[in-house]
Amino acid sequence: ERASKVPPDSYMMKYTGRIRETVLGYGDNQVKIGGEEVLPFHGFEGSMPNKPLIAMEVPDIKPEEWPESLTRHFEDVLENPLAWAQKCINDYKAEAISLSLGSTDPNGMNRPASEAARDAAQVINSIDIPIIVWGCGNSERDTESLREITAQIGDKKVCLAPLEDTNYKSLGATAMAFQYPLVASSPIDVNLAKQLNILLENLGVSLDTVLMDPSIGALGYGIEYTYSVMERIRLAALTQEDEKLQNSMVCNLGVQVWKAKECKLPTDDMMGDMERRGVMIEAITAVCMLLAGGDVLIMRHPRAINLTKSLIKGLLN
Amino acid sequence: MALTGIQILKMLPKTNCGECGIPTCLAFAMKVAAGQMEVEKCPYASDEAKETIGEASAPPIRTVRLGAGESAFTMGGEICLFRHEKRFENPAGLAVLVSTDMSDENIDGRLERFKTLRYERVGVMMRAQLIAVKDTGGDKEKFTALVKGVLESTGDASLILISDKVENLKEGAELCGDRKPLLYGVTAENSDDMVSIANETGCPLGIKGINLDDTVTISEKLQEKGFKDIVIDTGARTPRASFEDSVVVRSSAIKAKYKPLGFPTITFPCEMTDDPLMEAMVASVLIAKYAGIVVLSDLQGDTLFPLLLEQLNLFTDPQRPMVQKEDLYNINGPGEDSPVLVTCNFSLTYFIVSGEIEGSKVPSWLIVKDTEGLSVLTAWAAGKFGADLIAQFIKKSGIEEKVKHRDLIIPGYLASMKGELEEELPEWNIIIGPREAGHIPAFLKEWQPSE
Ligand code: B12
Ligand code: SF4
Repeated sequence: ERASKVPPDSYMMKYTGRIRETVLGYGDNQVKIGGEEVLPFHGFEGSMPNKPLIAMEVPDIKPEEWPESLTRHFEDVLENPLAWAQKCINDYKAEAISLSLGSTDPNGMNRPASEAARDAAQVINSIDIPIIVWGCGNSERDTESLREITAQIGDKKVCLAPLEDTNYKSLGATAMAFQYPLVASSPIDVNLAKQLNILLENLGVSLDTVLMDPSIGALGYGIEYTYSVMERIRLAALTQEDEKLQNSMVCNLGVQVWKAKECKLPTDDMMGDMERRGVMIEAITAVCMLLAGGDVLIMRHPRAINLTKSLIKGLLN
Repeated sequence: MALTGIQILKMLPKTNCGECGIPTCLAFAMKVAAGQMEVEKCPYASDEAKETIGEASAPPIRTVRLGAGESAFTMGGEICLFRHEKRFENPAGLAVLVSTDMSDENIDGRLERFKTLRYERVGVMMRAQLIAVKDTGGDKEKFTALVKGVLESTGDASLILISDKVENLKEGAELCGDRKPLLYGVTAENSDDMVSIANETGCPLGIKGINLDDTVTISEKLQEKGFKDIVIDTGARTPRASFEDSVVVRSSAIKAKYKPLGFPTITFPCEMTDDPLMEAMVASVLIAKYAGIVVLSDLQGDTLFPLLLEQLNLFTDPQRPMVQKEDLYNINGPGEDSPVLVTCNFSLTYFIVSGEIEGSKVPSWLIVKDTEGLSVLTAWAAGKFGADLIAQFIKKSGIEEKVKHRDLIIPGYLASMKGELEEELPEWNIIIGPREAGHIPAFLKEWQPSE
């Protein structure tokens, strides 16, 4: 240690809790997340056994709103989610995939759940690394499509997302039956996050399989709210023995970041290079989420992901 | 430990003269106790009272000021570890490095970008505030020439002077005069000389520690001499060490009032990597986790802008939402045929939406409804942006006298409210606008009043 003179009592936190460990993936490709005994990257106080995981987002339809600075890295696979997922794994060394079912959004393309599920199952059945399937956010439609998917993937295990207070019962039951991990989503609120976990537990779901999505605001678009709610959740879990909050947190941040206008403005002298700017907005959003307690980050740009991975390495050393 | 308002009141004259700017001594005492005002503002408090109260109410991280006037920069004054506990007081300052071994072109480029890379957002001017001037070879003339050049070309930069030579720092400090720079760095060897220069010139000192232990030793030395305007560098030059040191410094000061580390810090991501993007990543860690100053090797819009956003966001006061006044705003000089849009009064939303309308050059009316500073969907979910409330405000806003048509453009995210609004406002046509503000210009250019 570099600090023998500073009395350890003066800076060490008093921890009384530990984050649950959750397993993602299947067979030989399981990855553990969570398990922290200390605040993020506080290696001088105790252990953070599993490093944060980054999942690459794969949309199930050709994305219309992604800027060219992002799509150019997926040029040849934009219309084919399976090829896209494989490219993430082979070219970008993805450690996990988050397949987003944007095509099923009733306010968008409104593709029938059965169709979307068939394509999603094909992706899931063809790749080995851990997969999260992320619905469109409409709770009825998500119930339909996520259940349909589970019927088509045999014993493969996926992580279901997002479960909200409106559909946790049906999807919770599905997750339990197949022993899938799941993501419980609540709108930036410590109490709502806790309550959803309690509801899931009452249903019979083991909290060891539950990840929390606190809802993400991007850099410049409400990140401070997410940041503070995550810090409060993590402090409650580690220092206030709040067992119902001792879960890993998932941050679906790519989708929020790349909506921002600043990621799409062209290159100029003031705002610098368009692509680097977008990369940094995504990567710095990721840094904030990591520092606040994010265990799984869902991201888009390969360069932003690499920077984030290097930083994680640098902080864990 | 902190004093209560009543304890402070006992040490004040209790004449309620109001010269502190607060009508009564009691109210003033309460503000001092809450850390919102300094006892110095009362001209009649005795020196002894000032000393006692100042000492007791001083934040665990000392407030240190550089520069003066438009180049003033305040750091430290922090009272918590997590922003939700109260708030972060003074945003981490971003500095750009110029050094005597850089070419003129490199120096001028940095100074130019320091001056031009400024961004207005929610009414705040975001910018790098400091320039670190580094003496690499020890050549006094070169160094003072560089300091002069920086002073002349940038009026609103706070300066950090970096040299191993006490003599050079002394001359540099004298050149700066009122624009008191941070003098860096104090080591175990030169601390006597550095303190005397600091006392002569009134400049704060930056400790250049080798590690935390060394930093503590130097800090104790300075404090023995009664010197307190200190900024510390714990010597860490890897992401992990700088993060951990930063956390240890802030925690020990806040939780245990550990005096030797009760000062703001200066950090050097510019010395931790050669990759500018990785440098920005490390900087982003340090902005969130407690740095007072973050020194960057260069400024470029694509990395600076995201760092400034982070700084702006994390340092906003969580207890005070940023709000825009409820009102009917005219943008680009609208008339009776101009479009009418409605939004919430979260200042970020207002800023984005009004910016887009302005950029479109289409003359427009923008109705800003008080939603207690909540964004469109948050306000809607919280019941503060319902159809009835919007309708009430439309009627009282006076818009009905300003335009001939009856088209009301609502945010795309509120599409589901169309029916309800039509019931509440039977004379109006409810038009669903785009979801993202970025699409407003194209939408407005197409827009025509119905019938
Ligand atoms: C930060 C945040 C909060 C913050 C508040 C921040 C604030 N000042 O509003 C906090 C933590 C307090 C909060 C609380 C809640 N929140 Co909230 N929150 C968010 C979050 C993450 C970001 C919101 C934001 O700042 N957006 C940025 C601003 C600029 O966006 P905006 O106002 O919509 O403006 C954009 C567009 O609408 C458009 N636009 C705006 N005006 C206009 C006008 C016209 C004419 C047009 C054409 C376009 C247009 O332009 C802007 C830029 O594109 C969102 C999720 C997300 N990522 O979006 C959830 C979200 C909005 N919250 C939600 C909820 C449910 C809540 C709560 C009700 C939860 C609860 N039960 O406690 C509370 C309610 C608050 C209360 N009771 O006090 C839900 C809303 C769900 C829904 N569809 O109704 C969301 C979507 C999260 C979710 N997925 O569940 N929240
Ligand atoms: S200036 Fe001093 S004496 Fe006068 S009201 Fe304020 S606190 Fe009281």
